[in-house]
Amino acid sequence: MILGKNRRREHVTATTLDTAFTRRSFAIAAGMGGIGTLLAARMGYIAIAENEKYELESESNRVNLSLIPPRRGWLLDRNGAPLASNRADFRVDVIPDRLADSEATIARLGEILGLGDAQIADINQRIEESPGFQPVEVATGLDYEQFAAISVRLPDMHGVVPQRGFSRFYPTGPAVGHLVGYVGPANAEEYDEQDRNPLLITPGYKIGKDGLEKVFEQELRGIPGARRVEVTASGRIVRDLETREDVQGDPIHLTIDGPLQDYAARRIGLESGSVVVMDCETGDILCMASMPSFDPNSFSAGIGRVEYAMLRDDERVPLRNKVLKGLYPPGSTVKPMHSMAFLQAGVDPNHTITCGGGVRVGNRFFNCWGNHGQVNMAKGIYQSCDSYYYRIAQEVGFEKVAEFAKTLGLGKQFDLPVLSQFYGTVPSPTWLEQKYDRAWQSYDTVNSSIGQGYYLTNPLQLAVMSARLATGNHVQPRLNRAVKPSAFHMANFRDDHVEYVRQAMSDVVNGPGTAGRARLPFDDILMAGKTGTAQVVSLSKSDGKSGPWKYRDHGLFVFFAPFDKPKYAGVVVIEHGGGSGSAYPIARDVMTFMFDPAKGMEALHALEKQWGGTAQERLTAKYAAYAAAAGEAVPPAPSRVEDIADLVEAEARVDARQSEEIADDVIAPRSEANPRAEGPPPDAAGTATGAGNFAAPAPSPSPSPAPSPAAGTGPAR
Amino acid sequence: MSFVPAPVARQPWQMLLPLIFLVGFGALVLFSASGGSWQPYAASHLVRFGVFLAMATVMTLFSPSLVKMAAYPIYVVVLLLLVLVEAMGFVGGGSQRWLNLGFIQLQPSELMKPAIVLALARFYGDLPVGMVPTWRSLVPATVLIMLPVGLVLLQPDLGTSLAILFGGGLVMFLAGLPMRWFAMLGAAGAVLAPVAFFFGLKPYQQRRVTTFLDPENDPLGSGYHITQSKIAIGSGGITGKGFNEGSQSHLNYLPEPHTDFVFATMAEEWGFLGGMLIIAIFAIILRWGLNVARNSPDRFSKLLAAGMTATIFFYVAINLMMVMGLAPVVGIPLPFVSHGGSSMMTNMICIGSLMMVYRWNRQARPGGLLH
Repeated sequence: MILGKNRRREHVTATTLDTAFTRRSFAIAAGMGGIGTLLAARMGYIAIAENEKYELESESNRVNLSLIPPRRGWLLDRNGAPLASNRADFRVDVIPDRLADSEATIARLGEILGLGDAQIADINQRIEESPGFQPVEVATGLDYEQFAAISVRLPDMHGVVPQRGFSRFYPTGPAVGHLVGYVGPANAEEYDEQDRNPLLITPGYKIGKDGLEKVFEQELRGIPGARRVEVTASGRIVRDLETREDVQGDPIHLTIDGPLQDYAARRIGLESGSVVVMDCETGDILCMASMPSFDPNSFSAGIGRVEYAMLRDDERVPLRNKVLKGLYPPGSTVKPMHSMAFLQAGVDPNHTITCGGGVRVGNRFFNCWGNHGQVNMAKGIYQSCDSYYYRIAQEVGFEKVAEFAKTLGLGKQFDLPVLSQFYGTVPSPTWLEQKYDRAWQSYDTVNSSIGQGYYLTNPLQLAVMSARLATGNHVQPRLNRAVKPSAFHMANFRDDHVEYVRQAMSDVVNGPGTAGRARLPFDDILMAGKTGTAQVVSLSKSDGKSGPWKYRDHGLFVFFAPFDKPKYAGVVVIEHGGGSGSAYPIARDVMTFMFDPAKGMEALHALEKQWGGTAQERLTAKYAAYAAAAGEAVPPAPSRVEDIADLVEAEARVDARQSEEIADDVIAPRSEANPRAEGPPPDAAGTATGAGNFAAPAPSPSPSPAPSPAAGTGPAR
Repeated sequence: MSFVPAPVARQPWQMLLPLIFLVGFGALVLFSASGGSWQPYAASHLVRFGVFLAMATVMTLFSPSLVKMAAYPIYVVVLLLLVLVEAMGFVGGGSQRWLNLGFIQLQPSELMKPAIVLALARFYGDLPVGMVPTWRSLVPATVLIMLPVGLVLLQPDLGTSLAILFGGGLVMFLAGLPMRWFAMLGAAGAVLAPVAFFFGLKPYQQRRVTTFLDPENDPLGSGYHITQSKIAIGSGGITGKGFNEGSQSHLNYLPEPHTDFVFATMAEEWGFLGGMLIIAIFAIILRWGLNVARNSPDRFSKLLAAGMTATIFFYVAINLMMVMGLAPVVGIPLPFVSHGGSSMMTNMICIGSLMMVYRWNRQARPGGLLH
């Protein structure tokens, strides 16, 4: 109507324009309406049809669910003291995927935390190798100032996660390194294997990587807690919504005697070796020390390049657990056991042979280390007369002796919660035939009868052998207190035979034997034992006492105490110690500590003063010196600790074969340690040889090489 | 009726009441966007509206001849301001969009939106009818449009230059220019758009477009805005999370919760119903605006009213499409709801002009509404 009026007033062309305006404005109104409808429909679609999806996304924006890593269960010694515990601390991790500029951020963190170049290089390497979503540890044990300094800079440093947490703490550090192992962040494979458990990529969460920590992983793990918090877009926590506490993992009670373990590890001192002590009645392993070792406290982020290079360059292989993966010819330590085998075979202990600096077996003459004259079984043990064993073993037949050796645990693995143990070898004619396709020769009997040749044992086996021999029971070693000790099978030894061997072994220490200086400083407790000196190279290469460390004789000592009512049994094995004189003083001090800790510590403190501190202190000093010398030039460590473990194991196997090189020839026995040092004078014959070569079997470390394994020569191996 | 004073009674309350309601609603949303506080957004939003409403009321008093006379001078002044901004940016180094007049940060590009409509309405209002289908109707108008568009593009401000282009283009369309020209322009645009995209746009502008096409491709970069906005709207559901309960805006997930993405802030708390309310109010205002244009007796008024309506519409449509993921992020606020002085001023100038034309219409046909 209104438009109609307009048309009448306007002239024709204007009318056309007017109509156009009307038409076009309708079109525009329709367009506007269309767009409005479209917008309304779109909004309905987003807000109603897709509401659920967006609500979920909004919630996942708003609520941040973070797992609280469960506190790991403790590893406790037999008295409930922790060998591995947890310590509350501040830590900082980075999540590589969220880092804007990883190098710059790490450099910044390094500045705040005062990290060294090598540490920063390690962190950068871990970030590079990380799958990105897995956190990489930068540092633990921060003090509050450092923690606060990082926390306030968070807005500029995306992907940096500082937090309060718990980290694993090993109070005695290197003393328990090989036994308990260490923990570390899960690697990508472990994450995939465990169904991508988000716990494994939670910053600060560690899993067992070696030793008991790995074996008891499931028990120790615990149940993670969870925390739901409301966060802003920049990650600031607005409020806690809900928190579920974590459940700590179960503790593992071990049979280890913590103080003894620590003592033994420290007492090994500058030497490389192991000490095992068992409870004869229950089979409890009280001590399994292997030194030199590493400090598991410093491995928690992964093994640093400097530390790895240092441990790697050390020819004393601190990464190898020598109790389980060190194989050594047992040498004369098997003689009491062989004696028992002879007794079992019906040999009369009073039967004598004549040692004239050796003995004729078959049609060859084999040397003894001395000239012992008339030798019966007891004298064969306490004087360690080789001739006796050459002859009697030949008469009994070594197949029988070998069978017996196996019943005492040699060549066996034990049911223990450890990752791997080496079997070793008990040579026998059958075995030789199978393995080397060669007939057993008389010199094989000769070598084997004194624990040389193909004989290979690990220290744990020797300790078990000692316990079984001392008690006449099939003592089974036990490490986990949760495992009920079963009653041991009787070994079917005659009591008088057991007592005979015990007496002879007591005479080694307390009588006219080869280890007079091993006598315990108590009037009422007598220790029995047997020395052993194991050759590793032929006489032409080294005399076993001097020259390159690698060529020196191993020193061994098996023992039990009190000799008449054995309670403790064990072994000390010192690699390349130059003879048994390096081993039995350690056994003496360890057993002294067992019965009178104060007296034991007194002896240790005097020694540690000479050595320059406790094992931990020396390790720390060595690390500092090594790091200073090596600087940043150290090549990185393998990123997977599993690779390191494999490498260590492979090398251990190669090393163990070393002594077999001389097994196909007659051994030329070395002199035993000075039997005259203490106690009543022995029979005249032959001891002079020993006295000359090893006059002072004190635990002096002087013949060993300086403990600075070629910092300069670098990680060439 | 009689106790309502005449100057009050003759205001277009059918539009003003919904508008006041909308601004009040916007203030509530801004109150929530600042974490439950009148400061710094909600209070100033209301104050500005009050001031600009007064300005709009004053505008209604202008006579057609005065407005016609002032049309070109206003256009020229605003154009000079644009040049000035450009020059200052050139001298000062780095681009600048506003002039600091001490009491207000003036964005000349905002003023240009109504100014171009006014200038074109004047041009076509005076153009002899017979010249409409000739080049003489096309070229001057094109120059009028392209000068400010070019200057604004230099700033660079793609959103505003598109708004100017849209407002000007719409006036030309309504002025009755031959349909085939627009068809040709559409065809040319379809051909030139890709060229313009690759050579005319800055990399960040290109990224906005590509991100709009695939926001999930860049969830933490520019796509973040669109994604978070959709999450806010989507999670509101039908009735919303409740006043002051929006987590997306309160926890800073939503970018610009008080300006460009104010609709998302609102939708999260008031839901689909709140969104429909806002769309409905805009529909009422825009429909009233178009009716004002249709009811105008002369071409100048018609084109002026329609152009002003279109300018408001452009804001609303682009902003809502942007927050719902239907258009790239171009930085255009939602009229009367978003916090911001310049946009409030522009939109109130449009409203004021519409109210002014509405009054002219009433004066031209006294009692016309009553027959």
